[in-house]
Amino acid sequence: MAKAHVYNRDHINTDEIIPARYLNTDDEQELARHCLEDLDEGFVDKVSEGDVIVGGEDFGCGSSREHAVWAIRGAKVQTVIAKTFARIFYRNAINCGFYLIEAPEALDHINDGDEVEINYEAGYVKNKTTGAEVKFKPLPDFAVEIINDGGLLEHIVKGTTD
Amino acid sequence: MSMTITEKILAKAAGKESVTAGELVDACIDVVMCHDVTTPPAISMLVEKGLDKVFDKDKIVVTPDHFQPAKDVKSAELHRRLDLWARRHEITHYYKVGRAGVCHALLPEQGHIRPGEVIVGGDSHTCTYGAFAAFSTGVGSTDLAAAIATGKLWFKIPASVKLVLNGSLGPGVYSKDVILAIIARIGTDGALYEAMEFVGPALSEMTMEARMTMTNMAIEAGAKNGIIAFDDTTKQYLDEHLPVSLRGAKSRRAGKAISSTGTSEIAAPAGGGLAMTGGYTVYESDADAEYAKVEEFDCSALEPMVALPHLPSGGVPIGECAGGQMDQAYIGSCTNGRIEDLRIAAKILKGKEVAVRTIVVPATPTIWKQAKDEGLFDIFYDAGCVISAPTCGACLGGFMGVLAEGEKCVSTTNRNFVGRMGSPKSEVYLASPATAAASAVEGKLTDPRKYL
Ligand code: SF4
Repeated sequence: MAKAHVYNRDHINTDEIIPARYLNTDDEQELARHCLEDLDEGFVDKVSEGDVIVGGEDFGCGSSREHAVWAIRGAKVQTVIAKTFARIFYRNAINCGFYLIEAPEALDHINDGDEVEINYEAGYVKNKTTGAEVKFKPLPDFAVEIINDGGLLEHIVKGTTD
Repeated sequence: MSMTITEKILAKAAGKESVTAGELVDACIDVVMCHDVTTPPAISMLVEKGLDKVFDKDKIVVTPDHFQPAKDVKSAELHRRLDLWARRHEITHYYKVGRAGVCHALLPEQGHIRPGEVIVGGDSHTCTYGAFAAFSTGVGSTDLAAAIATGKLWFKIPASVKLVLNGSLGPGVYSKDVILAIIARIGTDGALYEAMEFVGPALSEMTMEARMTMTNMAIEAGAKNGIIAFDDTTKQYLDEHLPVSLRGAKSRRAGKAISSTGTSEIAAPAGGGLAMTGGYTVYESDADAEYAKVEEFDCSALEPMVALPHLPSGGVPIGECAGGQMDQAYIGSCTNGRIEDLRIAAKILKGKEVAVRTIVVPATPTIWKQAKDEGLFDIFYDAGCVISAPTCGACLGGFMGVLAEGEKCVSTTNRNFVGRMGSPKSEVYLASPATAAASAVEGKLTDPRKYL
């Protein structure tokens, strides 16, 4: 069951997702232990595998540290749903094969703690707690291709060996 | 077809006649910037995927900066991974500690940035280099790895926003105040995914150092890149910093004053990548190029600005926040740690004593030496400041001035996010070197104009 962790705020930045004091390592498990630490100290204790994070506009703004995506992925979060994403965070996620969902209406229909189910192909999030459905535009084809290959480097390796 | 300067550079890099905003291209990279936080993971990925190669050992510039000299065992390990890799691949431009400096100050200073080029770096403030009429953007570790191995990356051509800087800056008002005012108006996502193109008379009067302060913060408005057209000031800086073989501009407009809204078309040379072959190419936006937005700013009316916590868009004129008590002043970083910034701060600190702890961080070894030779260190010492080795240090809450819970710092850096310089319960106030220095003297946010 995917639980939604909702942060009804814009500009949740990379310093809040993974503070720079932990950037002396790139170990995903270690980063995961500090995921969202400066935004919600209790996050790592309440998140379970497959859960989703829901945010407002400009999610992931700030630094280019891919560590932000790794911390979220390392915490076994399935995806992040936001109104909009900051550019480098968005690109980093695609490059590491991590699907992001841009859904401008998500915050209107998903409350903290709700159970959600995501249909990536059809492009909607179903809120199983309230019955509401939120549509989103699936990622562009080239991004899906990179994600399906497992990330940009795998995509490059595949391209050169095919 | 008419294009913006950003579109022209990316079209050239993609080997195309023209491109339009929104189009996806594969572009050739001229310079890849590597530092100690995002490059070690990129190296590990490459090794793991069996792609441990570099596309061109002359086009990769490596400098540890964030935690250098190493602040703890873990960062020492990052440096060691970077060092072993740079030596294994015989990277030509590898700046070891002693020559290493804050990346975005170091690369232009050492002549690695040329107009018309495509530059990527594993750091969000890589957009700084756009001050040299280049396309330059920050990427994460996976993109960085791909760029290192292949010399290419995919890009979506950004739409451009034109920021017209009218008038002329008054005394005590600097380019930092301009960019803080711009971000206060358009917001931290005011140019999301877009190119911020700066033009106008106020810009022509700015030095390259001052221009870099503005392009540096383009990312704080969400932009993909910031860019400024080539003019005499650019040319003069390049003449002083590029190796002799790379100085000439391959454009018939080179060496002449070019109005930043000028209409000249400059032909792209066949084959793209000019890097290391001598010279550079100057591109300009066409007069009828398309912009998503045009914003005008009256720089004459501008006051010193301070961005209040916790967003770079929190800028207010100093008059609205003067008097706020501070615990620390920080003068440094890729935004304002250049020699011009240290001179501005020193002028205000001369013969005075600071009321709060004040940390001065020259951004590169050359700047450090210049500041020492010019006697600025004596001024800082006499005023009671501490002078650090070149490093990113406390700008990102690393070391050398990290804040405790409840502390407030006036800082010449570029981000004031929650926890950016230390405790999540500390506060960062972004300002110019002049405002930071005046505030250091009084121990509270202070209008620098009273000390001019
Ligand atoms: S000085 Fe600060 S903003 Fe600039 S590169 Fe270093 S950490 Fe980043």
